[in-house]
Amino acid sequence: MANKNAPLHLFDRPNSYIGQSVPRPEAHNLLAGRGQYVDDLQLPRMLHAAFLRSPYAHADILTIDTTAAADSAGVVAVYSGADFADQVTPWVGELTHLTGLRSPPQMPLAIDTATWQGEPVAMVVASSRALAEDACALIDVQYQPREAVCDPVAALLPESPVIHSEYKNNLAWERDVTAGDVEPAFADPANTVVEQVLRFGRHTGVTLEPRSSVVEFNPAEQTLTYHYSGQAPHMMQAVLAKHMQLPEENIRIIARDVGGSFGIKIHTYGDDIATALAARLLARPVKFIADRLESFASDIHARDHHIKARLAVTSDGTIAALQMYDYTGIGPYSMYPRTSAIECNQILNLTGAPYKIENYHANGKVVFQNKNMMCQYRAVGHPVAMAVADSLLEQAAREIKMDVVEIRRRNLIEDNAYPVVSATGMKFADLSHQQALERLVELMQYEKLRKQQSTANENSIRTGIGLVSMVEVTNPSPMFYGIGGAPISAQDGATVRMDAAGALHVSCSITEQGQGTNTIIAQVAAGVFGVDIKRVKVTTGDTATTPYGGGTWASRGAGIGGEAVLLAADALKQQVLEVAAIVLQSNADSLDISQGNVIDKSDSAQRMSLDELGKLVYYRGSELPAEVQPEFVATRHFRVSDFPFVFTNGAMAAQVEVDTDTGIVKVLDFWVVEDCGRVINPKLVDEQIRGGVVQGIGGALFEECLYSDDGQLLNATMADYLVPMAGEMPDIHIAHIETPTSTSTLGAKGAGEAGTGGAPAAILNAINDALAPLGASIHTMPATPERILQALGEVPT
Amino acid sequence: MNHAQQVDIELIVNHEKINCRVPVRVNLVDFLRNELGLTGSHVGCEQGVCGACTVEVDGTMVRGCLMLAAQADGSTVNTIEGFAESGRAGHLQQAFATHNALQCGFCTPGMLASALEYLEQGGVADRAAIRQHISGNYCRCTGYQAIVDAIEEVAGQTETTDGQ
Ligand code: FES
Ligand code: FES
Repeated sequence: MANKNAPLHLFDRPNSYIGQSVPRPEAHNLLAGRGQYVDDLQLPRMLHAAFLRSPYAHADILTIDTTAAADSAGVVAVYSGADFADQVTPWVGELTHLTGLRSPPQMPLAIDTATWQGEPVAMVVASSRALAEDACALIDVQYQPREAVCDPVAALLPESPVIHSEYKNNLAWERDVTAGDVEPAFADPANTVVEQVLRFGRHTGVTLEPRSSVVEFNPAEQTLTYHYSGQAPHMMQAVLAKHMQLPEENIRIIARDVGGSFGIKIHTYGDDIATALAARLLARPVKFIADRLESFASDIHARDHHIKARLAVTSDGTIAALQMYDYTGIGPYSMYPRTSAIECNQILNLTGAPYKIENYHANGKVVFQNKNMMCQYRAVGHPVAMAVADSLLEQAAREIKMDVVEIRRRNLIEDNAYPVVSATGMKFADLSHQQALERLVELMQYEKLRKQQSTANENSIRTGIGLVSMVEVTNPSPMFYGIGGAPISAQDGATVRMDAAGALHVSCSITEQGQGTNTIIAQVAAGVFGVDIKRVKVTTGDTATTPYGGGTWASRGAGIGGEAVLLAADALKQQVLEVAAIVLQSNADSLDISQGNVIDKSDSAQRMSLDELGKLVYYRGSELPAEVQPEFVATRHFRVSDFPFVFTNGAMAAQVEVDTDTGIVKVLDFWVVEDCGRVINPKLVDEQIRGGVVQGIGGALFEECLYSDDGQLLNATMADYLVPMAGEMPDIHIAHIETPTSTSTLGAKGAGEAGTGGAPAAILNAINDALAPLGASIHTMPATPERILQALGEVPT
Repeated sequence: MNHAQQVDIELIVNHEKINCRVPVRVNLVDFLRNELGLTGSHVGCEQGVCGACTVEVDGTMVRGCLMLAAQADGSTVNTIEGFAESGRAGHLQQAFATHNALQCGFCTPGMLASALEYLEQGGVADRAAIRQHISGNYCRCTGYQAIVDAIEEVAGQTETTDGQ
């Protein structure tokens, strides 16, 4: 039996909440309608902005007449692009480590040329949004339409018009990755080669709360307060400071409740910057809330990949080579400051990453086009990378008549092989692909499902089962953005202080959009320090009151911010114990903190409460020796330094039913095995995965921003752009493997994007499993009923 | 019609009598949010698809974006703030919190209103029926399962109570 006096592990201490499904304290507020979202703010003398947007995908702007608009009721100001030209410096979406990436400078409103339908051209500021919209209708813009360049493959042909006259063609960036030599493997007649053209349509975030900004400017102090619905307050502060030419410290970013973000709200949008400029010019608060049409037309889109790929396997199912060519359309500019080349870069890095692949070649071309801008949305690149590799792998398995689980067993990197460097140079550690696959097979009762499937498929309803093995990029280091010159911090900070009543106050630079960030911060702080979680108050989302840090994105909040909280809470605890030791004439090493009390380590005897200690220190400091000056506040920062990223892994499976008469796919069941390292709050992690899976199913089956050939967005309403609703979604079964990352004490990796990254491949594979006996297959997402019927040859393509 | 035209309306909102002059073109949810400061009801699409603006008018759950404030003249309106204060949604609020049936919370007021409607119409603990009922409420964050769990739990409790 363990020695009962042995010190407890950090995560087994009485107040440890690590591993517990602690409910989120803010839930009750939100459930009572007391959330505080940006649009809920009503400030004195606040004005409202509306934007006139280009109706053309590509057009020269000849004249803009704002006279009638300026005279319209309630209008305070009307701006065109030229009016802001001396108010802001242009921004450029380039990163130096993405060598060769180019993008022209961008301004808040189009000047001279509009390059996508939906690009803001003019702005009205009025006493209400309705009046601002009335006035927008009175602005007279004369356009000279130009040919729109929409298809990313055609955009690179020599005969294509060139969107930006300063460049010779429409290429923004190209990367080529080679490891080993693929050609001999494809040439070897003993190998089976499968080849596909895969298309991934554009979709977007559809956060229920649209992009929202309220900006205040104080001319006397030259300070700007930006009420922000987003994920990265310090990045936004740096962007505004740089381009509005204000000192960074004069800008305060406040994010209160955020109605979903998923990467959509982390970028620099012209209309948001224009809102800040108008607030400064008018010295009055200005509010801009995108309506749903504006959201579809101007929130970044994601994916838009045209991929040709081939895979060679030996007769025993061993992967011999993988090759891929990716064309991706990013709109007319690279988004700022994260750039629009990251998704392609991730795809090149991650395709086939779970597997032992020696011969790999991938080429990616990132192409300008006259559509809305494309940039980082949840699971950046992952759904594409996983779908390419795993759909080819399952196709190869079918061709060599091997079970899709078996072919994975033969190719997944062994769990005892780490650390491993992949063909593309990714450093993997602490992963568990083989174990995850076996756990999945057990969870879904794979063998039984296969047996049922073989007897079930008789009529027009065919069932299929599809799997995916995946990696997810989480906890990025400065190698992701900072190294390339972006004002994006890869480290996060936490300050923990104890007040006079013995309660803890934590402020941390990671942010909350509903994931439960504040809850896990409290869990970590309470457990490490030794108080009840009710005695921990958390502040996030305010650049004036939190330490400097990156925020929440790339599944980094818990892993990086959580570790900063752990380090700060531990440092505070040491401080408190040292003071307590003086008061108690004891030794700090022999004391501990538990349940809000200073106790003896040896026998857990209670020595004094933190409340007593706090009162003594803050009110009756005269009782302390003169040289003792307690701080009771500690700040610590953390970044990942040994690895560029901390990868997680997982395995997922879908069971679908395809109606071959209607082309409708029904998701019957979905299983996830995820290894995100130490799980801080199982409920919150599971809900991140479920929400992510459903977003992934949306991308696989329903969601697509449809454009006409001349660049007109055709379905910019929620009635026309289909999102997953409750009725068509399955229950999702989740199991965990916990392989803590060795890069931190906390051991937490990210979990926010896994579902979205893996689900599309599993769904696509399940559909193709159902269609295979009919000799049909589909490699386009979303796999809409029409496309399924086309794949079956039921309707013309 | 002149959009600047205004009308006087009188209605009861969350048990409070309201007299107001509103522009005829203002919809109910904007009126509740901007005039009365009842910001619990949200605006997600303004065309009746997302359900974020769901409120109760004269006993029926409606889309606050599809109805003009002027049409609510003489009506009794209840919003999330009213459901919460009166305790009418207390069991649901608790179940939503326990099951983490909300993440960002933006869909939550509308989702709760639809869930309340389901339960008050005698809805039972049947997952498919619950999913069907809330299929007019979009949630981007949760994937719906936890919401179904929460409603199912409360429906189950109600069934048990009824059976006793
Ligand atoms: S805002 Fe009313 S249904 Fe979406
Ligand atoms: S919790 Fe975010 S939309 Fe439902």
